[in-house]
Amino acid sequence: MTFDPILAEKRFGYGLSPRLAAPDSVADILTRLQEPDEIAVRFQVEPFSQFRDRMHRAQSIRKEFRELRGTEAGKALQKQLKLVKKDARQQHRHWLVQTMLRRSWTRDGFRERLAAFWADHFTAQGKAGLLKRGTTPYIEEAIRPHLSGRFADLLYATTTSPLMLHYLDQENSMGPDSRRAQKRGIKAGLNENLARELLELHTLGVGAPYSQGDVRQLAELLTGLTYSAQDGTKFRKDFAEPGSETVLGKTYGGDQPGLDDIRAVLEDLAAHPATAHHIASKLAVHFVSDTPDPELVRVLEQRYRDTGGDLTQVYDALLTHPAAWQPEPSNIKLPDEFIASTMRALAIDPQVFSAIEDGDQHEKHVIRLFLKPLQLMGQPWQAPLGPDGWAEEDDAWLTPQGLSARIDWAMSAPAKMRNPLPDPRHFVTDALGRWAPEPVRFAAKAAENRRVGVALILASPAFQRK
Amino acid sequence: MTVSLSRRAFLTRSAILGCSAAASPLLTPISLAAAPWDQRLVVIILRGAMDGLDVVQPYGDPSFPGLRRTLSAGPAAGALDLDGFFALHPALAPLYPLWQANDLGFVHAVSTPYRDKRSHFDGQDLLEAGTATLGSAAGRDGWLNRLLQSVPGIEAETAYSIGHDNMLLLTGAAPVANWSPDISLGLSPQAVRLAELVMHDDPLFRDAFAEAQMLSGSMQMMEENTMMAGGEMSGMATMTQPPKGKAKGIDLIAEFTAKRLKADTRIAAFSIGGWDTHDGQQRALPRALGQLSQAILTLKAELGPHWKKTTVLAMTEFGRTVRENGTRGTDHGTGGAMLLAGGAVRGGRVYGDWPGLSEADLYNRRDLMPTRDVRAYAAWAMRGLYGIQRSVLEQTVFPGVDMDSDPGILR
Repeated sequence: MTFDPILAEKRFGYGLSPRLAAPDSVADILTRLQEPDEIAVRFQVEPFSQFRDRMHRAQSIRKEFRELRGTEAGKALQKQLKLVKKDARQQHRHWLVQTMLRRSWTRDGFRERLAAFWADHFTAQGKAGLLKRGTTPYIEEAIRPHLSGRFADLLYATTTSPLMLHYLDQENSMGPDSRRAQKRGIKAGLNENLARELLELHTLGVGAPYSQGDVRQLAELLTGLTYSAQDGTKFRKDFAEPGSETVLGKTYGGDQPGLDDIRAVLEDLAAHPATAHHIASKLAVHFVSDTPDPELVRVLEQRYRDTGGDLTQVYDALLTHPAAWQPEPSNIKLPDEFIASTMRALAIDPQVFSAIEDGDQHEKHVIRLFLKPLQLMGQPWQAPLGPDGWAEEDDAWLTPQGLSARIDWAMSAPAKMRNPLPDPRHFVTDALGRWAPEPVRFAAKAAENRRVGVALILASPAFQRK
Repeated sequence: MTVSLSRRAFLTRSAILGCSAAASPLLTPISLAAAPWDQRLVVIILRGAMDGLDVVQPYGDPSFPGLRRTLSAGPAAGALDLDGFFALHPALAPLYPLWQANDLGFVHAVSTPYRDKRSHFDGQDLLEAGTATLGSAAGRDGWLNRLLQSVPGIEAETAYSIGHDNMLLLTGAAPVANWSPDISLGLSPQAVRLAELVMHDDPLFRDAFAEAQMLSGSMQMMEENTMMAGGEMSGMATMTQPPKGKAKGIDLIAEFTAKRLKADTRIAAFSIGGWDTHDGQQRALPRALGQLSQAILTLKAELGPHWKKTTVLAMTEFGRTVRENGTRGTDHGTGGAMLLAGGAVRGGRVYGDWPGLSEADLYNRRDLMPTRDVRAYAAWAMRGLYGIQRSVLEQTVFPGVDMDSDPGILR
């Protein structure tokens, strides 16, 4: 139960690539994680601050339109707005491809897995308008730069991100006694959604000892935290509840409400022992097993507490623990992991996508290859049902309908991305390395054609578990 | 690992029937024993916490108007009066004829035993597990599955979990079919054999694949039978009826559910999301209600004469705050409402003991006080539909529930 390069790629990356060398040690994995983020430069995604320009543009057009409704100029503006929306939608498709290509061509698969893990932990999505397209930019700006830093910094970046403020309804929450609420009368006030999920999902965990009173106080403390399309995150003093608030027995704020109080409470929540346990369990479940060795969780938790939530240290504790290297594959890949690891094993040429110049064509291609299949596999892209993100349990994914959707994709999609398909007898080693079980090797040989042979390898438990 | 257990049981059965049925077009219909009952039950889980106070508005309660500023203004704002005290949210107007026909009813001020933390995810788990507390996640099963476990003669297609999420509600040792109507699995016989080979040593894969093979096969057969039956009735019907577009989303789910219920299935479950209305509830809630009403109307239309024997229970994890929050929405609460529909229910009334909404009547001074366990109503429904013994319901299906007296929700 020690380091193994194939296992490293499967369990802590997006699987084997016939073109890229696997890391040769735990130190190698961690070193790669500290190096410049070269794959993000090669396959670029718009950061949220840039995405916000789109929001601001749409807002300005709408504002102008209100004056010119019913005129020719108004019609032109409507057309403009439509184009802004369409462009964002097509970019959203493009960013999906970029995300998959990063996973396919990186030498640093652990970084991509961490980006996905934390994006899920801090699930946020747009509920209307352009913001529906904003998830990848959110991940790029609020999550990706903080993957190997302190948990507290990651927490602050996500909590204050406009997309999170929108998703969990913080943007319009006002203290009942705030200046703004007083002016607007009884129609304005508190919304406790973000406060609750911060405690339940992002930090302490639902089993931790916090009360409805803590939720309420934290919601009051968070008032003022909002954003605009033009300026991004900002603190509006007129939204803030005057006076101090007490969360988990500690008092914050006072006469001058501001982001400092929010930073302070997030630092304390990040440092809370319940948070250490919650994060340790989630990492162990995600990367190792639905039912991880309790000793592994304890070691991660201890490292988190000893280092003040230094994530690289926690990853080091994970990767150096023998339980992380049990040779039997365990967790089942999520649908998006299944797709990405297929593309990686097939070494899909990025030109397959970049060569399609027509935006509508490209969009259709992405819908057919990824968006619709992901939905059928039970994981509509960036659209989990709630802020708790995707389930980790294997049997949530391996339903008859879920497995059928995977097989169906494996039968049809590879040939749309690579022509000719590889010889299944070679591909079985590309995809599974020396671990390829005998029945899978046999099926690869006995299949009626390449397409079916490749599909059977991809459908095998040996490929679908990590 | 209760799921793989159930699938193992399933596999034994399907092996006898020939589990590559789908691969063989010559095989005659998969023979399934007749279901043990004639009554149909559909359970819809409303994920995200439905605001019972906005859906069934207690406009006759003197405290209510002071609690809601922009929401739930009763008949004055277009809600449909139900009984002089409660009014139905306008977005459920398409269901009002069902209310008038006594095919639609509600239960108010109910909840599961879940209290205080107000977490969607624990709340939904508890609603589906049907237990009084959340035990460890390992080995948990759902209450509908425990109902099936208590009845002999359950076949793989007696109960169906429909859609893309694996519902805890139906998970457990009793065989249950899981499928989503938008999936197809067309493999050549040779590919099927090889797929069986590569999955053979992994029980979770092997059993899911066997079930997929069988279900997609039986689905094809059903489609073909329907087409043939249509053909025999000459072109008349097809010419006079406008061609029906391909159903999508909730229509597709409800249509598929009805089809199964017309065949051998007696219990079906699916879920509808979109109820977590913290912000702008006036906009958000009608979307979810539209889905719910569409699902019920499609079930009714597709079930035809079977609607008479059908009971639909729509349940949610908890209610929402009695007071509107600061962003024209509501936050997580406790007591809520359940919807009853179908020709088998005694509709046209709102069941439950109304606790009142004055400050002192509320739970924790913020939520509607639950006056009865929602599980008691579900238990009475199963007692009435399937004659399940009270002791089994109180000890096994819903451990610890107090069924108390029969509320009489069935005709």
